[in-house]
Amino acid sequence: MLITILAGAVAGGTSILYAALGETISERAGVINVGTEGTMLVGALASVAVTVETGNAWLGVLAGAGAGAALAGVFAIVTIWRGGNQLAAGLALMFLALGLTSLYGASYVGGNVDGFDEVKLPLLGSLPVLGKVLFRHDVLVYISYAVVPAVWWLLFRSRWGLLLRTAGERPETLLAYGVSPARVRTVAVITGGAFAGVGGAQLALALALSWSEGMTAGRGFIAVALVIFGAWRPLQVMAGAYLFGASITLGSVLQVNGVEVNQFFLDALPYVLTIVVLVVLVRRQRQYAPEALGQPL
Amino acid sequence: MTHLQTTSRGARLYRWALALAGVAGLIAFAMTTHAASAATTCASPGGAKGPGTNAKVVGFIYVGSKTDYGYNQAAAAGAKALQKQCPKIKILEADTVPETSDMTRAAEQMIGQGAKVIFSTSYGYKDFAVGLAKKHKDVVFLQQGNFITPPVPENANTYFGNVYETVYLAGIAAGKATKSNKLGFVAAFPIPQTLLNINAFELGAQSVNPKVKTYTVFTGNWCDPGKQASAAKSLLSSGADVLTQHQDCTSTVIKATEAAKKYSVGYHSNAAALAPKGWLTGSEWNWGPLYGAMFSNIESGKFSGGAFNTNYTLGFASKAIPSPMRLAPYGPSVKPATKSKIATAQKKILAGASPFTGPIYDQKGKVQVAKGKKATAKQISSMSYLVKGVVGNIPK
Repeated sequence: MLITILAGAVAGGTSILYAALGETISERAGVINVGTEGTMLVGALASVAVTVETGNAWLGVLAGAGAGAALAGVFAIVTIWRGGNQLAAGLALMFLALGLTSLYGASYVGGNVDGFDEVKLPLLGSLPVLGKVLFRHDVLVYISYAVVPAVWWLLFRSRWGLLLRTAGERPETLLAYGVSPARVRTVAVITGGAFAGVGGAQLALALALSWSEGMTAGRGFIAVALVIFGAWRPLQVMAGAYLFGASITLGSVLQVNGVEVNQFFLDALPYVLTIVVLVVLVRRQRQYAPEALGQPL
Repeated sequence: MTHLQTTSRGARLYRWALALAGVAGLIAFAMTTHAASAATTCASPGGAKGPGTNAKVVGFIYVGSKTDYGYNQAAAAGAKALQKQCPKIKILEADTVPETSDMTRAAEQMIGQGAKVIFSTSYGYKDFAVGLAKKHKDVVFLQQGNFITPPVPENANTYFGNVYETVYLAGIAAGKATKSNKLGFVAAFPIPQTLLNINAFELGAQSVNPKVKTYTVFTGNWCDPGKQASAAKSLLSSGADVLTQHQDCTSTVIKATEAAKKYSVGYHSNAAALAPKGWLTGSEWNWGPLYGAMFSNIESGKFSGGAFNTNYTLGFASKAIPSPMRLAPYGPSVKPATKSKIATAQKKILAGASPFTGPIYDQKGKVQVAKGKKATAKQISSMSYLVKGVVGNIPK
């Protein structure tokens, strides 16, 4: 039972993980994109549409990343280049994405999508416990194992990461250094959007193997909350994503095992957890948040 | 986001079908005086008066996408069948219409274009349909599912099939196929309709395999594929080897089951293409005959006070019109012995037997239907318990 919950946590948490990593990159550069829910949806629909039309799921993932990046690009223009309010723009774009995806996605609802199957990794997949929890998933899960340390390295060990973090802490220093903070932020926001798009693609192409309107069902908002929970650090964000994945899976595992719980309460658990995280970690937020987070240039 | 579309008129070939249907109609009319004849009258015979007569335009309103491989697609297929039977009528369709005043607006638009008969195909449209029926006395509103508290307006009805009968038969296939004696059911909400299906599935399986248990997961959503995937995975990893569901979108659970090399029992539509190896059978909608029968009843001016002008339900035992729910074709692994068991059970239901014949115990062992008694229509429509053998609990 525990193994099932843990394996389900990884499978269900990966789409949130990609989106939260993207949000981490964006927020490290000083931009909060609360429209991640919409970015994920756009990524999910684009990935399904391209996979169905071309028969190639990898092209689908690319399309998901591209669509996510494009929507984030619009967000960057509004907030970074035109000085629009980040929260308002994020929400507006999310509702736009919700509407557009249910309009253009209607013909893909419930249809057959040949996405990514589970692949048991040789040797690693046969390990006791760990094999079942970590190494019997789809390929996008395995890629995420490599992406997390890569994002960490990029943020904290590369020159690009230094510029990016400076844009989020002291953008004026970048100006003195001769680098445009607006450009750095734009790159970060678009990269973040691409990550959220891949998160949507993982949800549609690997976990659900189908499209339906509003299928992210709040996962994008969880991703935004998770970045605070993970103190803007990729590894902690990963742990948080799996925790949320576990709370999504918990309901069905407990029901299967005949445990008498109200599943409507369990359904609310991820969101209760989100609120608790936001309330409890307010101090942490002050301590770790990039100094110029949410501030226009 | 309501798309009004016009289905094209049928090809000339269908004129032949019309002629044939006409002949068949005459024969049927001569043979039976049953008001709900299976043959279709497409135009009002001279002098027919009453709500919905002389209908040249018919409207269909769906809550979801017409291509959802599920409930709405099945209703749209029924609309196509009606168009085939009656090529001269014009069919207007509006899909993804929410269960709000949007439904009223879509219907008004159709009535404005001359619609005399409106098929209101979603459960939650009922109150809006009844409201419209009071305003437009010359239009007939046919409400799919739900229940109008009598008196039923003389230009409206509700209609539905005894879905649990096919679910019971499919349960037999599941009970025979399982090796672990664990079946899985992915449900959405604990409404009577769903509890009926879960119970019928378990009772069907029990009828051939007394040891079998049905493990149930409620997802709290008609279509959240992410949650469906985790429900299916939890069921599969706990050892369930036949999965079925009551969801609006069905492909995620079926594909997860096929990937795990286990068996699928479908719902709403024939999804054998998604599970070429593990498909057993399923419940499949077949609305065409009932739509046709109701339409011809309206056109002959006999609707008001007639057989359909009520909360109309029908099942296998209905002689004049085929049940709107039928068993989907069998998959490759279903053995001949299983098929003949199902055929026998179906014959019994045709002869008037009910899957809910006592003794029926609930999960706590309390007798819900006494030995030898059949569950009453009220017991069926207000089912609020799970039968013994179902693992899972109804959220309170």
